[in-house]
Amino acid sequence: MVKHAKPKTFYETFERRGPGEKNTTYCPGCGHGNAHKLIAEVIAELGIQDRVIFCSPVGCSVFAYYYFDTGNVQCSHGRAPAVATGLSRARDNAIVISYQGDGDLAGIGMGAIMHAANRGEHMAVFFINNAIYGMTGGQMAPTTLVGQKTTTTPFGRTPGREGFPIRMCELINELQAPVYIERVSLGDAARIMRAKRAVKQALLNQVHKKGFSFVELLSPCPINWKMTPIEARKWLIDTMEPLFPVKVFRNIEEPPVKYEPPKILSDAELVDLFAATTEIEIPVSVREVEDQYIKIAGFGGQGVMSAGVFLANCAIKEGFNATWLPSYGPEMRGGTANASVIISNNQIGTPLVSSPNVLIAMNAPSLDTFEDTIVPGGLVIVNSSLVSRKLRREDVQAIYAPVTEIAKDVGLIAAASVVALTLYACISGAVQIETIQKVIPLSLKKKALVEVNLKAVEAAVEYYQKNLKEALVFSNMQ
Amino acid sequence: MAKQLIKGNEAVVYGALLGGATHFFGYPITPASEIAHAAAEYFVSTGRCFLQAEDEVNAINMLYGAASAGGRVMTASSGPGIALMSEGLSYLAGAELPAVVVDVQRAGPGLGNIWPEQSDYNMVVKGGGHGNYRNIVLAPFSAQEMCDFAYRAFDLADRYRMTVFILADAYIGQIMEAVEVPTKVLHSPRKEWALYADRESRHNLITSILMNTELLYHHNKKLQEKYARLEQELVEWEEYETEDAEFLFVAYGISARISLSVVRELRRLNLKAGLLRPKTLYPFPGARIAALSRQVRQIAVVELSNGQMAADVELAAKRPVLKYNWMGGKVPSIQEVLELAKQDLKQNTTVRG
Repeated sequence: MVKHAKPKTFYETFERRGPGEKNTTYCPGCGHGNAHKLIAEVIAELGIQDRVIFCSPVGCSVFAYYYFDTGNVQCSHGRAPAVATGLSRARDNAIVISYQGDGDLAGIGMGAIMHAANRGEHMAVFFINNAIYGMTGGQMAPTTLVGQKTTTTPFGRTPGREGFPIRMCELINELQAPVYIERVSLGDAARIMRAKRAVKQALLNQVHKKGFSFVELLSPCPINWKMTPIEARKWLIDTMEPLFPVKVFRNIEEPPVKYEPPKILSDAELVDLFAATTEIEIPVSVREVEDQYIKIAGFGGQGVMSAGVFLANCAIKEGFNATWLPSYGPEMRGGTANASVIISNNQIGTPLVSSPNVLIAMNAPSLDTFEDTIVPGGLVIVNSSLVSRKLRREDVQAIYAPVTEIAKDVGLIAAASVVALTLYACISGAVQIETIQKVIPLSLKKKALVEVNLKAVEAAVEYYQKNLKEALVFSNMQ
Repeated sequence: MAKQLIKGNEAVVYGALLGGATHFFGYPITPASEIAHAAAEYFVSTGRCFLQAEDEVNAINMLYGAASAGGRVMTASSGPGIALMSEGLSYLAGAELPAVVVDVQRAGPGLGNIWPEQSDYNMVVKGGGHGNYRNIVLAPFSAQEMCDFAYRAFDLADRYRMTVFILADAYIGQIMEAVEVPTKVLHSPRKEWALYADRESRHNLITSILMNTELLYHHNKKLQEKYARLEQELVEWEEYETEDAEFLFVAYGISARISLSVVRELRRLNLKAGLLRPKTLYPFPGARIAALSRQVRQIAVVELSNGQMAADVELAAKRPVLKYNWMGGKVPSIQEVLELAKQDLKQNTTVRG
């Protein structure tokens, strides 16, 4: 028999309810009283009272924290398993209990409970199934039986309209992670004793860090069932139990996932992790450069995005301000990917480049898209390996260089963007070649890639010296 | 200290972890997903907790749980996800739990699109969910501030026991810039109200339900008093060229970056323009705007929304303002804003939009 002494897990008087209050909020014959007492007794027996954090749900047991002298959190409708997840992930030593009713768990909180179960969260869930919404006023629950009359099914639950009752143990039993699933009944004394063993197993599993444990308790609600307490217990056994079979669905000795506490980095390790990578010796620039509004564009795979990042990196290493922004929206049309890079001695306002003074066009659609946006006097570097046409504009400085071929010659077509950037650096002087050479090893992990990219820089410089330098000096003199 | 090139959406994670963040619960959404990616990498590799939740509704409730247990908790999302979190945000406010939420705004309404907008302003700055509550709202305008604000946010959240929002936009999330990362790790002290699963904290209760109207009235009063204190203690803004300004821009986030460029262009034309950018949107620098309103001839609010912040500027300035609004993910160029300003300067217009 259930002991009549009040377990010490309960407060002596329920001060949160009212001064000196000794009564609970539950109706005569309600199953919550039984369920609460079983849980309180087991907590006392296991000596875990200090470690328990009890999640009160909504509904009739919303005030469970009036009674349980444990850590308490009150949760919103259906979310208790998510709150319990947060608690258990924050406190290794906590014994987390989520106590939920049928509307809460199987209705609004169906997603939360299934995912908490699927993750094998360390919590004991006590699911009170009384086939009806209690506190809200006797409405249909997901577990309401076919034909059962409620305030929202006044003619009885009809499968054609409301579907069939949901069986949660059976659903959760489809998942891999839970270690323990059992349905018990509060129909009579013998059943209540069996229920206590289930409660104990679920909480012991938490003590032993075994994982997600789920106990469904079929529970009477005489008031909303419109029955006497005795009729309600009988109905529970005769009508509910056949639909919701009372049994152990799963009890796994070895949990499918072993609990391993994380290795927490020290403050010093954390600071190191985020500290700037190896510094390189580049004299901080005192040079004044004209603000560079650069658009680097090409097709996906030509590396224009990372080329932009690389350029911005070179600029900040030299002490400039720089921003990088990826392509967005309508600019994407014409199959071009593009990045905006700004380099300046001053604080940079908008990072968007709508009117570039530098365009690096790696393919034909890029030139088509951006040719008209360049400011008069701007610089355009055209990858003549892939762009056959010349610029229509005459008020900008156009440089045609077989960027892809130069890259191919050093053995890596993907280095084309590095070739283009090197040419840009040679022509504009905005960043130094030495900087490019020093930043490449920082940006690439594979040594072979570093080598071939450094070769690409060399080849680009050589191309510039041979084919562009004199012509540029000449054109600048004009 | 050396600077490094970092994306705004990553800088926020660096700042958060150095600011003592212990838990990240989130659900991916463009354009905030890089935050989840960086959090997945760095929260896990540093032994902190990262968990991809099944949805935003439960993500915010995981924050509620871990914050109840004394954790320094955060999530990141964008408009549609923040809307789903509204319920949980209200509960966090009711239970006075500290949390940090990053909103990288995209365009709406509905699924909208993934380009930048600033149309979550009302939802985030005014509270969003049910009940009389507010969030502290920080408005970063650079990758550096994504890092800095995240670094500070957890201390602020703990001090006021409130949700601190970092209200960014798709561009501030995507931008890469030089960032100087803090070199000291902050930590949460033991919180006397939190649950540590031990004897000392056993009698603590985290709840937002107060059935007694008298008690709930006083709880609400207490919250309002806290918010009033915030307005005394926490308002932050930055001004550019306002000393002699006759034309004042007010903008935050990417709009402030654009406005800064426009102010420079106008100054080049010898036009006396200035910019005030709120760094805190709640509490709002209304008093400073009121003072500047007496000095300047015209006020223009540049915003990627239908004028949501402009309404607060008008309230503070006690007069209508010029609303330079863009919506649907369209972001103006310097030229577009400059043209509007030049036109309004010429015609001495004080109302638009």
